[in-house]
This record gives sequence, structure tokens and C-alpha cells, in this order.
Amino acid sequence: MKKIQSIVLLLAISLFLSSCSNDDGAPEPVNEEEIITTVTVTLVPQGGGSTIVLESRDLDGDGPNAPEVTASGNLAANAVYDGSIVLLNETETPAENITTEVAAEAAEHQFIFGTSGSIASVSYADQDENGNPVGILFELATGVAGNGTLSVTLRHEPLKPNDGTLAGAGGETDVAQTFAVTVE
Amino acid sequence: MRNIFLVFLILALGLPTGVSSQDCRLALQGSVIDFHDKSPLVGATLVLLNTDKATVSDIDGTYRFTGLCPGDYEIEISHPECRTTLYPLTLSSDTNFDFKLEHHVELLEEVDVIGDAIMDKTNSAQEVTLEKNVLERFSSASLGDALKELNGVSSLNTGANIVKPVIHGLNGSRVLILNDGVRMQDMEWGDEHAPNVDINAAGSVSVIKGASALQFGGDAIGGVVVMEPERVRATDSLYGQTLLSGVTNGRGGTLASSLTRSFESGWFVRGQGSLKILGDQEAPDYVLSNTGMRERAGYFQFGNQQLEWGFNARYSIYQSDIAILRASHIGNVDDLIRSINSGQPLIIRPFTYDLDSPRQEVTHHLGKVEFYRRFEGVGKWQLQYDFQDNRRFEYDVRVGDDRGTPSIDLNLTTHTFSTDFKWDASTRYELHTGLVMRYQDNFANPATGVRRLIPDYEKYDLGGFLIGELRLNSKWILDSGVRYDFSRIDAQKFYQNSRWEERGYDEDFQQFVKEDLGTQLLTNPVFDYHNISLSVGTKYDWDLRHSLRINYALSQRAPNPSELFSDGLHHSAARIELGDLRIGSESSHKFAASFEYRKDDWGLLLEPYANFINDFILLEPTGVEFTIRGAFPVWEYRSTNAYLLGMDGSGYVNWSDSFRSDLGFAMVKGKDTSRDQALINIPPANFWHRLNFFRDDWNGFEFSVRGDWVLRQNEFPPNIFVFSPEQQQEVLLEINTPPRGYLIFGFRTQMEFDLGNASLLTTSLSASNIFNSRYRDYLNRQRFFADNVGRNIMLQVKLNY
Repeated sequence: MKKIQSIVLLLAISLFLSSCSNDDGAPEPVNEEEIITTVTVTLVPQGGGSTIVLESRDLDGDGPNAPEVTASGNLAANAVYDGSIVLLNETETPAENITTEVAAEAAEHQFIFGTSGSIASVSYADQDENGNPVGILFELATGVAGNGTLSVTLRHEPLKPNDGTLAGAGGETDVAQTFAVTVE
Repeated sequence: MRNIFLVFLILALGLPTGVSSQDCRLALQGSVIDFHDKSPLVGATLVLLNTDKATVSDIDGTYRFTGLCPGDYEIEISHPECRTTLYPLTLSSDTNFDFKLEHHVELLEEVDVIGDAIMDKTNSAQEVTLEKNVLERFSSASLGDALKELNGVSSLNTGANIVKPVIHGLNGSRVLILNDGVRMQDMEWGDEHAPNVDINAAGSVSVIKGASALQFGGDAIGGVVVMEPERVRATDSLYGQTLLSGVTNGRGGTLASSLTRSFESGWFVRGQGSLKILGDQEAPDYVLSNTGMRERAGYFQFGNQQLEWGFNARYSIYQSDIAILRASHIGNVDDLIRSINSGQPLIIRPFTYDLDSPRQEVTHHLGKVEFYRRFEGVGKWQLQYDFQDNRRFEYDVRVGDDRGTPSIDLNLTTHTFSTDFKWDASTRYELHTGLVMRYQDNFANPATGVRRLIPDYEKYDLGGFLIGELRLNSKWILDSGVRYDFSRIDAQKFYQNSRWEERGYDEDFQQFVKEDLGTQLLTNPVFDYHNISLSVGTKYDWDLRHSLRINYALSQRAPNPSELFSDGLHHSAARIELGDLRIGSESSHKFAASFEYRKDDWGLLLEPYANFINDFILLEPTGVEFTIRGAFPVWEYRSTNAYLLGMDGSGYVNWSDSFRSDLGFAMVKGKDTSRDQALINIPPANFWHRLNFFRDDWNGFEFSVRGDWVLRQNEFPPNIFVFSPEQQQEVLLEINTPPRGYLIFGFRTQMEFDLGNASLLTTSLSASNIFNSRYRDYLNRQRFFADNVGRNIMLQVKLNY
């Protein structure tokens, strides 16, 4: 019985020793890897003209600040643009290019485009290994002068092939941004 | 349950016919029970000295004297395994009295010495117990499912496999779970964190609705769930049990087995293990893709139990790997809107046993060493140390190199040292005092590549209690207790600068900032909490058929780490969860009563309660925040004043010797008085009825049909308007709207076969939701995405040897 008492006592002592010895060192900051902070849509007019850059940047990621959305200028009416999308993680230095990850797993990703107003249409200009569209490269056609929106949604594990709509594609959303533009 | 059985026995024994004289018509009845664990003592001889009256307690420990005259009596109670005791008693009316005997031989084999505390958890609070045979029906389910058998207990589910008990409308940190005397420290703060315990390891489970059992903790504003193992037998023997269950929904089952070796010298050793495998479950119309699970659990225990002293040591492990409905993993608020509108899950795949992301993997190790010493004529002293290690991984659907890396990786380690002393030598009063010290360390692994939802922290607890019980006479028992708890939480947490400012912490908590890393701050919040709990109550048995319990409990609970520190996107829930450093302890004032009326052919139990909570902490949707991935619903913790008013009721009717009805209902109303609106996640009113048919002479044949009617919750907080980027407009997000009510039916049938050599084979067949009804439950977090599970048929074989 004495033995048992001493075992219990020993355990109790070791408990408090172990709690005291616990290091009070600062935790390591988390290196956020898959955060996309910046979506850049570059629109190069076919046959010359000024390149338009639409950008949405949210440096605090899931933090309270909303993304800052900017457009470098206005689009020309009744024109066709070669579009491309770059996704960056700018919380890292240098910024990590997430587009390469998407391209590497192209069969599991697809950008879905939505247009309204003076943006007439968007068509895909690239394919994954199964011949289905991806949307890192695309063509955008503008209509008559006026206001319009271009929405860009990156779906992860969508149904492929699909009808090009969000509902038809399903999957998870990795990026969803809407750019308001002026066509003149 | 037990009372119903008791009444049955009384009925079976028949009512007395002889009456000695006009004045001598009083009855005295009750049970003879073990002083330590309330188990019935069979074959105790009760002699009314100086009269010709004597009786023997029956199989249920009950006895009955009739035709007694008013006056003073002395009753001698003897039992082969107990010290013979004399009790003085004054009779003036029909009396219900339970004799508690010091059951020495039984005591020697007692595994769980905390069991002592269980016996007088409270006299005056609402408490109920599930016995082993009921628990066994839930072998393939979980503790939370089994507890729902009790009125007033419901559950907060994430699918069918993650089931958190809800007592009187409250859950999470407000419900303490004691596993063989050890308070579980298993990250109970999360909505999708079920208790990490194996139901197959429990011999009985008691629920105390409220905070009156102060020996377990002062913060059980909801209640306490006490799981105890089966007791070890006295003799030199080797025995065990194997239970095999197969279920159709999930196409899997459970194998659970236990073996005990006991010696007359007091030594014993016991091992238990269980394995559960389930594939995808099915709703009436579709497969609930990715809802399978694996669970492995077991324990090993040995010890020596003597009357004067004893010890036991136990190690147990619980591992679960639970897949979470694939369709519930959503990207942003537009996905959520789409899911709510769609009416069926957006991802349905063929049945599989594979567990895919999202899923959670939890391992819980528990070790304890316990020692007691009894001082003759004084009481009992007990000492316990326990260690718990809880590791939780949550895997989300991730891309690229991060596929297979958990999004949440937490390791919670807890050491607890407790000691208590109980003066139980007197039959009139009892005093119980104790001290508990606890140290806890949480480590959030940064290798996840996802900002920590719960930070690294250390927590220190120190608590002490004093509980007294006074038996005024054969009718009145008073109990009262007080407890003080100190806790300190010392966290190290990174806040994004933008969040720190948005919360206004730069004004209130700038002293916590240790380091500025440019975009984020390393902070060291330290908070101390001093909490007082109090309980006072009485139990009054005014005659054979009536009894009344009244209890008041004040309890205070310090906020948990989730309520304080949550900050960020909870990927598996697709919502931003925000804690608040300003949240303080919540204080509950709960008044509860319990009125029982028992007759031979029918009986009734009504349990009303009112719980007024100051600074009640709740988590509710408040709006959206915009990110590059779109808009996410924001769920914020806030504290408010609230009340919960409710009533649990149950009853029985004995139609004949073979037919019986059991029925029950529970309803609760929760109101946020500061905002004058309904509280979120309050269980809707529900009613149930079970019709039983039983014939002991047909190999213990039993058949029962049960109907459960759950009403729609009509009181819920307002829905929120959110901006949908996809629709480019504000839309109403019906995130709080409860689903319709539902009515489901089930049946169960059982038979027993004696195989000789003390072996008994029990077989049962049961079905739930037999009509395969489509329904959704308000307290299932997956109600936005899919229907509840459909028909499930279970076949169970049990062998005792």
C-alpha cells in the first residue's frame, strides 16, 4: 500500500514538473500555401490597341478586408480580346503563382465566365488533357458601348465536360470575382 | 424506466388483502440497495422488531410491509454479504423508504470508486440512467444517439455519425462527460466534435440535467453525462460478452467484446475492445456520399479492491475516422444558397466504404490511476491522476501538394490530479469535499498551411467543492453544495492586423501584442476567471405514489478557447468563425422540479425547469465577408442574456400483463432577452410513444413499436440578408429557417436462449424509420445539404459467457 501511495505521489509530482517545464516559446507563424490573394485578368485586343488589366487583390485573405477591385481602363466597343488569367499568392515573397498549380491539374479545374451588359461573350481558348476547356486562356468579345460585368469563377473538381454554367459545372469555388467594366 | 419496472413488480406481487385493524392500514415499501452504487440487493431479510412481520427483498431489491399501525419501529436488515443494520423509523402515513446497506463483498469488487460519488450525485436534481441493455442497442451508433432515449436530451448532429448530446437545449462545453471518473477533455467546443468515447465500454450512463452535481464541475450549465464501466464480480471467475451488430444502412456493423478475470483476493484484470465499420449511409432517395466511418476503441484495466483500500489503473484508446458528407463541403455563400435551393445534395456518387475528404480523424488516449483508503467510522479518501491526449485532424478537399494535408491539426494534452474525502459514516448526513487541479496544453500544428482556427494555449484550473446531504426523516432529504473554480488561459495567437483592428482589439487589448510581423501580430492573451457554483435542493417522498424534487443551481462557466479565440475560415464548415476576447463567464440560474406519480396501472413524471443565463455565449450567423473566393457567411460568438423554459414528461400505462405503453415528450423555449428574439438551435418539441408486448415464457420474447413525432421549430432567430456576388444583389439567406416537422416509426423484437454453462444468447432485430420517410432535422448541421438517413434495419447477436 505504501508503494501505491508513493507511485501516486510520484505521478502527481511529475505532472506538475511537466507542466512547469513546458516551453513558453512563441508558436511558429503559419505559412499559408493555397491562399489566392490576387486575380489578374489581362485583356489584349486582337489587332492592336491598349491592353486592359482587371485586378482583384485581397492581401488579408480570409481577413475582414474585402478585395480591392481595379480596372486599368475601358474596353473598346465591338472588339475581340485575347484574355489570360494569373492567380497569385502575394502573402509570400516572392509571390507564388497559383496558375501553374491549376494548369498542372487542368482536368480538375475550370474557369466559368459570366457576362452581362456590354460584354457580349467569352469563349475558351485552351484545353485540358481530355480536350475540355480550362479557361486560363480565353477570348472576350465586347458589344456596343455601355456598362457591363465580367465574372470569373474558378471551380475545383467540376463536372467536366459541362455546359459552361456554374450550376452545370458544380464543384467547389476557389475564386469568384466580378469585375465591372465600361465599354466605349 | 426503473420506476416503471418497480411499479410492475409491485403489480406482479399483487396488492395485500389482510388488514389487521381499523388503524393499522399503513404500508412501508421501498428497495434495499447497495450503499455505494445503488444496485439492488436481492434476498435481504427485513424484520420489524417486536412484531411478527418480516419479509425478504426480491430480485429488484424491493420489499413491502402492509397493515402497519402508526408508531415507532425498529427494522433489522440483514443480508448474507452485509453487516446487519438496525434502522429506527416513525410511521404516520404510507411510507416509501430505501435502505442502503454497506455491501462489503460487493464493495471489494467495485471497479469504479468514483461510483461512490455517482450514488449521491444529487438527491434533488433531475437525473436518469440508461442501463447496459439499452446501451447495447446503440452499439453501432454513438453515445449521443443512446442519450436521446432520455426525455429532455436531444442531439446536435453533423450527419448521422457525429452526435453531440444536448441537454435541456444546451450542448458543447455546457455538457460535461465523465468517462469512468475522468472528465473528458476532447475539444468539446466544436459543433462537429462528438464525444470521443466508445459506447460499448460503458456499463451504464447517467444524465444529470443541470449543474447540481458539483463534484464533477461547476460549469455544467446543460448537464453531466456519467459513463461507468460494468462492475467486476466478487468471485474467482472469468467471464465476458461478445456483441455483434449488423446494419443495412451503411452496410456495416460493430463487433464489441470484453473479458474479465477476477480473483477472490480482490485483484482483477479486464480488457475490452470494439470495432465499427460503416460505409456510405443512405437517405430514402439517394446515397449520402462520403458518410462512412471507422471506429476502434478499447481499454485495459487492472486493480485490487479491498474494503480498507484499493487501487485501479486504466488505459483506454479511442480512434475514429469519420467521413463528412461530400456535398456539405461548399466553397462560398453562393454555393450555400445553391445547396439550400437545390433540395438535394449536389454530389451523389455510388455507395462505397471508402472515406474521402472532408473527414476527421481523432485519437484519444486516456490513462488513469486511482487509489482509495477507507477510515472506519469516518469515511473514505480518494486520490486520482488522469492523463488525456487528444489529437484531431480535419481533412478538407484541397488541391495540389496540399492534398492529404489536414487543415486542422490540434493536439490537446491534459493532466488532472484530484482528491476528495467523504464522511459517510452517519446515516443521517454525509459530507463530501474535494480538490481538483488541472493543466492543459493545446498545440496547433502550423504545418497545415492554414491559419490556426484555435491557437496554442495553456490552461490551468483549480477547483474545490463541499457538498452536504441531510436526511431529515424518512420523507425529507436536503442537499446543498458550493464550489469554486479558478481558471487561467494563456494563449499565443497570431492575429491579422486587419482583424485585430476590425475587432477593436487595438484599443482594448494592445497590451497583449508581443510582436508585429508586418501583416500579422503575435499576441499573448492571458485571462483569469473566478467562478462560483452553488446548488441547493430537496427531495420529498410524501407517500408511496408521490414524490417531489426541487433544486436550484447557480453555475458559472468560463468561455472556452473557441468562444474566445476562433478567428478565420473554418474550412469544413465553409464559414468564417469569430470569437471575442471580451466574452466573460456565463452564469446560469436554473430552477428545476420533478414530480412523480406512480400507480399500478399508470404513472406520470413531470419535470419542468427554468434556466436564466446571464452572458450566455452563442454562435450565430451575422453576415458575410468578402474574399477572393467569394463571400463567406460569418458566424460570430456573442454573449447575451437568455432564458430557457422547458418541460420534460413521461408516463406509462399497463394495459395488461403483456402489453404496456411508454410515452414521453420534451419541449423547450429559448429566448435571447437582450435582443428579444428566439435563440438559435433550440430543439423543437417532440413526442414519442412505444407500445410493448412481452412474454417471459416465450424465451423472453419482446416486441415493441415506436413512433417519434418531432414538431417544426417555429421559434428561430431571423434569417440574414447577404450580397450574392453571383446574383449581384442582396438575397435572403435562409440559414435559420427550420425544416418541417416529421413523424417516423420503428420497431424492435428480442429473444433470449440459454445455452447452458452460464452462457446466454440474445438476439434482436430492430428497424428505424421503417417507412423510409424523407425528413430533415433542425439540429442536424447538414440539413442544408441532404435528407436524414432512411430506413435502417439492425440485427444483433449477443453472447454472455
